[in-house]
Amino acid sequence: MKIGVLALQGAVSEHIDMLKRAGAEAFPVRKKEEIEKIDGLIVPGGESTTMGRLIKAFELEETIRKRFSEGMPIYGTCAGMILLSSEIEGFDQFKFGFIHLTIVRNAFGRQVDSKEIDLTVKGFDTPFHAIFIRAPVGKNPGANVKVLSEVPEGIVFARENNVLVSAFHPELGTDLRVHQYFLDMVRKFLTNKEVL
Amino acid sequence: MEEKYGTVKVKRGLAEMLKGGVIMDVTTVEQAKIAEAAGAVAVMALERIPADIRKEGGVARMADPKLVKDIMNAVSIPVMAKVRIGHFAEAQILEAIGIDFIDESEVLTPADEVHHINKWNFKVPFVCGARNLGEALRRIAEGAAMIRTKGEPGTGNIVEAVRHMRIVMDEIRKVQNMAEEELYVEAKELRVPFDLLKEVKELGRLPVVNFAAGGIATPADASLMMQLGADGIFVGSGIFKSSNPKKRAEAIVAATTYYDDPKILAKISEDLGEEMPGIDIRDLTDKDKMQLRSE
Repeated sequence: MKIGVLALQGAVSEHIDMLKRAGAEAFPVRKKEEIEKIDGLIVPGGESTTMGRLIKAFELEETIRKRFSEGMPIYGTCAGMILLSSEIEGFDQFKFGFIHLTIVRNAFGRQVDSKEIDLTVKGFDTPFHAIFIRAPVGKNPGANVKVLSEVPEGIVFARENNVLVSAFHPELGTDLRVHQYFLDMVRKFLTNKEVL
Repeated sequence: MEEKYGTVKVKRGLAEMLKGGVIMDVTTVEQAKIAEAAGAVAVMALERIPADIRKEGGVARMADPKLVKDIMNAVSIPVMAKVRIGHFAEAQILEAIGIDFIDESEVLTPADEVHHINKWNFKVPFVCGARNLGEALRRIAEGAAMIRTKGEPGTGNIVEAVRHMRIVMDEIRKVQNMAEEELYVEAKELRVPFDLLKEVKELGRLPVVNFAAGGIATPADASLMMQLGADGIFVGSGIFKSSNPKKRAEAIVAATTYYDDPKILAKISEDLGEEMPGIDIRDLTDKDKMQLRSE
């Protein structure tokens, strides 16, 4: 399994380390040709406005859309979640619209409100220790969106078909379960080779 | 559900989210908006950019909280602001207004010539300048969540940032090759805690992100610093002292991402207009050098 981490800006190496620990081949991708060759894509945490600008400026949008429509699994953390969403409340900025979710940016407040929480996640036996940094939340999920975890502020972990999003940063911790969940999606995509 | 705020993970985590990005100095709301639209990952709100502080002289202090708040309200990206070295009251004020990151900076006039701020006392993360591994680890021991080279701010001259980045990288490589028993003496000589030095040996890098700052003025400068091992870039005077700030800001952002692709760098370096006028470091006396303001 070859997983690319979109390396325009943000916490790229942390995802690569986690993916390797989980047994996948992982490397940074920042060009069209590189995105053509992968089996799964992670859009990391960072600044969504910065990444959005670079996706447009370096014409990566079309390639990522094409791979999405082929069913390739894509996982977005934090800024990545914002970029994959269909709607961003109060901001007119670039987004893919791969998951039907309205994003509230900086939903918890500013950096002093960033925090660590033990999160209950659907399908996980024990809580997941989640790190939130100037994190967004989702609301108004579309009919096909499976909500995997929620806090009082909104949705923080969700999936729609081949797209997974989390408002928190599993790549900053040591628990591999979220990355394993994503790698399972990739495994199924490779065996079925059809849209999930 | 247990919640923990202001932890090491949360503080260092924000710095990690800024990696591969450009943090730009801004002095007005309008400049902050230009920086955000150009792709900055954060802005540094201040009253005067380093080049003007250098020119005008006098005591340079924390910016007016009103200006900082106006900038915080105008952009969605993190906002940083500078405090004088050792001036923990200025830091308390910035934390109270909800600043995202504090730069305890040699660009401002130091308030304490012996002690830095005890940064563990704050929920908000700090970035500090360093010229070598010893300085970097002393700042981390005091609670810094991010390190940057000092360079020589406001000069538009990259030479000092290059010097500081090379020294830090060289010292890390040296520590990696040391036997563990040699670390005790090395820690004593560098005046740093043994455990931090051991962590550097194990990681092969600093335990926090390390940005380049001080004198970056062109896309090529950003590329150079990234290739020397910087995790990201601060641009102070280089953008808004140039003739076309928007275009230059966009180009430096792109250069920080595609730092290892000379073809892309060539394209984005074209036709950027006048750069900020630079200063030859040899024309500065020790009194003029901001980097010598702390150790």
